Amino acid sequence: MTAAYAITGNASSLHASGRQARKLVEEARETIAGALGCRPGEVIFTSGGTESDNLAIKGLFWARRAGDQRRIQVITSSVEHHAVLDPVEWLGTHEGAVVQLIPVDSHGQIDVDALREMVAADPGSVALISVMAANNEVGTVQPLNEVVAIASEHGIPVHCDAVQAAGVLDLNFAIDGIDALTVSSHKVGGPHGVGALVAARGVAIEALLHGGAHERSRSGTLDAPAIAGFAAALIAAVDQREQTVARIEVLRDSLIKGVRHVVPDAVLQGDPVASGRLPGNAHFSFPGCEGDALLMLLDARGIECSTGSACTAGIPEPSHVLLAMGVDPELARGSLRFSLGSTSTQADVDALIEALPAAVDRARRAGRPRIRISSEA
Amino acid sequence: MRVIAALSGGVDSAVAAARAIDAGHEVVGIHLALTPDPAQFREGGRGCCSLEDARDARRVADVLGIAYYVWDLAEQFQADVIDDFVSEYLAGRTPNPCLRCNEHIKFSAVLDRAIDLGFDAVVTGHYAQREVRDDGVVELHRAVDATKDQSYVLAVLEQWQLQRSLFPLGADPKTAIRDEALERGLLVADKPDSHDICFVADGRTQQFLRDRIGPREGDFVDAETGQTLGRHDGTFGFTVGQRRGVTIERPRADGAPRYVVGLDASTQTVLVGPESLLRVDVIDAANARWTIEPAHNGAELAVQVRAHGDTTPATVQFNESGLRLTLQSPERGIAAGQTAAMYAGTQVVGSATITGASRSRA
Repeated sequence: MTAAYAITGNASSLHASGRQARKLVEEARETIAGALGCRPGEVIFTSGGTESDNLAIKGLFWARRAGDQRRIQVITSSVEHHAVLDPVEWLGTHEGAVVQLIPVDSHGQIDVDALREMVAADPGSVALISVMAANNEVGTVQPLNEVVAIASEHGIPVHCDAVQAAGVLDLNFAIDGIDALTVSSHKVGGPHGVGALVAARGVAIEALLHGGAHERSRSGTLDAPAIAGFAAALIAAVDQREQTVARIEVLRDSLIKGVRHVVPDAVLQGDPVASGRLPGNAHFSFPGCEGDALLMLLDARGIECSTGSACTAGIPEPSHVLLAMGVDPELARGSLRFSLGSTSTQADVDALIEALPAAVDRARRAGRPRIRISSEA
Repeated sequence: MRVIAALSGGVDSAVAAARAIDAGHEVVGIHLALTPDPAQFREGGRGCCSLEDARDARRVADVLGIAYYVWDLAEQFQADVIDDFVSEYLAGRTPNPCLRCNEHIKFSAVLDRAIDLGFDAVVTGHYAQREVRDDGVVELHRAVDATKDQSYVLAVLEQWQLQRSLFPLGADPKTAIRDEALERGLLVADKPDSHDICFVADGRTQQFLRDRIGPREGDFVDAETGQTLGRHDGTFGFTVGQRRGVTIERPRADGAPRYVVGLDASTQTVLVGPESLLRVDVIDAANARWTIEPAHNGAELAVQVRAHGDTTPATVQFNESGLRLTLQSPERGIAAGQTAAMYAGTQVVGSATITGASRSRA
C-alpha cells in the first residue's frame, strides 16, 4: 500500500500514470471478488460501510420504486447498525417509505416467522429487505439463508451489512444469494475510509453520488492506494480465517469463562452458543454498574473495550440493540463489549480478568445513589 | 493525586487542567452533559452545554494528552438546578442557579462519583484561591483578579469539598490565563467568556420561565398605600429592585419612578414603591453552609449578596430560623432566594440563602 502512494495518477485518466493507478484498482477489485465469491464487476468501491449501506438501501429503494410505485416497504431488523437504521428511517420520513422492523429474540436473533408474515402480507409492496450478517454489539449471527429464501420466493432484493462478518464468517456472495453486501476495509485490518458495496449483476441501484460515474452507481475519484490496502487486508483475513477464528474462539471462551468466574452475576448478552456469535465477541452486562464508569476504570488499566453507542455530544446511551432484545434499560446501561481480533493474546484476556473485579466493585459504588444531609444553620 | 478535570470547553478549565498536570497530578478530563437534549442549547461558545463546547472539551483533552469522558448528569441537573430554578421563581424568590450547580452537581455529584471511581479531587477553572493551613484545614479566598473573582459562587462549599477541590487559576489575572492557553496551544484561548444562565438557550430568562410556568396574573400593589395599581402576568417576571416591566399607567404623585419592592407568590402580588423602600439593612437567611466552621454569634463579617457586587460590613446573629445579618449601611434590592456570602477579609467564611430583608428603622 505504501508503494502504491508513489503512483500519482487518477485511476479514471487514460494517460500512463492513470493506467497504473487503474491497474491497482482493478487488481484489488479482482482480489476482493475472489475473497468474497463475487464477480469483479459486482464490486463498487465506496468510502466505507456507512456509504455502502446508504447506497444499498436508498439506491435499491429508489430503483425498485421506479420499477413499480407500489414497492414502498422497507423491512429491516431492529438490531441493525445505525448506518442501516438511519437511512431506512430517512426513507420513511422523506421518501414515503413504510418501515417494518423485524423483532429479535432475547439473544438478538431475528424472528424469521415474523419476517415471513411481514412479507406474505403484501409481497408486491416490499422494496427491499436488509438484515446484517452478524450484530456489531452482541455478535449474534443472523439466519441469512432463511432471509434469502423468504425474499427470493417473491423476487425481493436482500441487502446485508457484513461489516462485522467479512473475514470472520464464511461468506460467499454467489452461494449466499444476497443481492447487495456491505464490507468495510478497517474491520479487516485495512485502511480506514474505504469499503465496498457488492451488488449482484442485474440488480439496479440508483446512485447517491453523481458526477462522472467512476464506479457503477457511484461517482468520485478512487483512492487507489487505500483500495489496494483494503484488498490486501481482506484477502489475508479470508486466507487465514480458519486459523484466526480457531485461535480467537479459544480466547473468547476463556474470556467469557473468566468474567463469569470473577463476576458471577455478570450477564452474557447475545447467543450463548459459541457457533451463534462472532468468534471475537463477548458482551456482558454488569448489574449495578454504569458502562462508562467501567470503561473508564478499565481504560486506566490499559484495557480497551466499548460501551456501545454515544450521541454526537458523547453522552452514553443505552444500546438500541439490547433494548430490542428486551434487556432492562438499567441493566443495558451497565454493558461492555469486549472484541478480540487477530492481534489479541491470552495475556490481554488475563489482564482483563485481573482488573475486572476491582473495576466492577468501584463502578458499583459509583452507580449507587447517595443521600447526604447538608448542615443547617 | 488522581484528579478529575471538569472541562467545560472553555479557556479557564483548559488551563486549570494543564496546570494540574504540570503540578504532577494524574489527570483525567470529563465533560458534563447536563441536558438530555443538547440541540436545545445554544451552539455558540457562550453557554456551558453546547455541542461545540463538548467538541472543544474533547480537543482540549487531546492537546493535553489526557483521557476524556462525558459524564451524563442531565437528570440530576434537571432536578437540582433547572426545576429548583423554576420553583424558586414560582415561589417569588430569585435563585442563583450557578450556586446550586456548584452545590449539587460540580462539587457533589461529580465529586462523589470521582471519589467512588478512585480519584482524590476535582480541578476546575474557577477564579478563587485555596489556602491550606498547617493543620491541613483548607481556607477559601477571593481570586487576585477582582473582576473575575468567583469565590461568591463557591461559598456553598463545605470543608470536605474544599479538601477535594483544586482551583489553580485564582492567583492570576484572566489575561494571563488567555496568554497561557495560547502558549500551550489550546485553541479555546480566544473563546468569549461564558455568562448568563447556561440552560436558558437564548438568554431570555423571562420567556424561559413563562414557557414553564404559564401566565399567573396578579396585581401591582402600592407598598405604601395598599392600593391596587394595575395587572401583571406573573410574579416570576419580577425581582426586587427591578424597574423594567413595572407597567403602571398612573404615575406617582411626586413623579418618582416605581420599583419592585416585594413579591408575594401566594397572592400573585407585586409590591411597588419608591427607590427609598429598596434600601434595607437587615437580612434574614437560612440553610447556612460554612467553609470551616460556623461564625460565632455576633461576628463582624462582610456580606456580599450578588456574584459581582460589593461587600457591606455586617453583624451575624443566630436565631431559631437561621441567622440575621445586620448591615452597617443599607443595601439596595435584596431578594429572597439570593445567596448572602460572608467574608472575613478575602476569606470566605460561609453562605446562607436569603429568606427576607427589612429596614431596622422606618
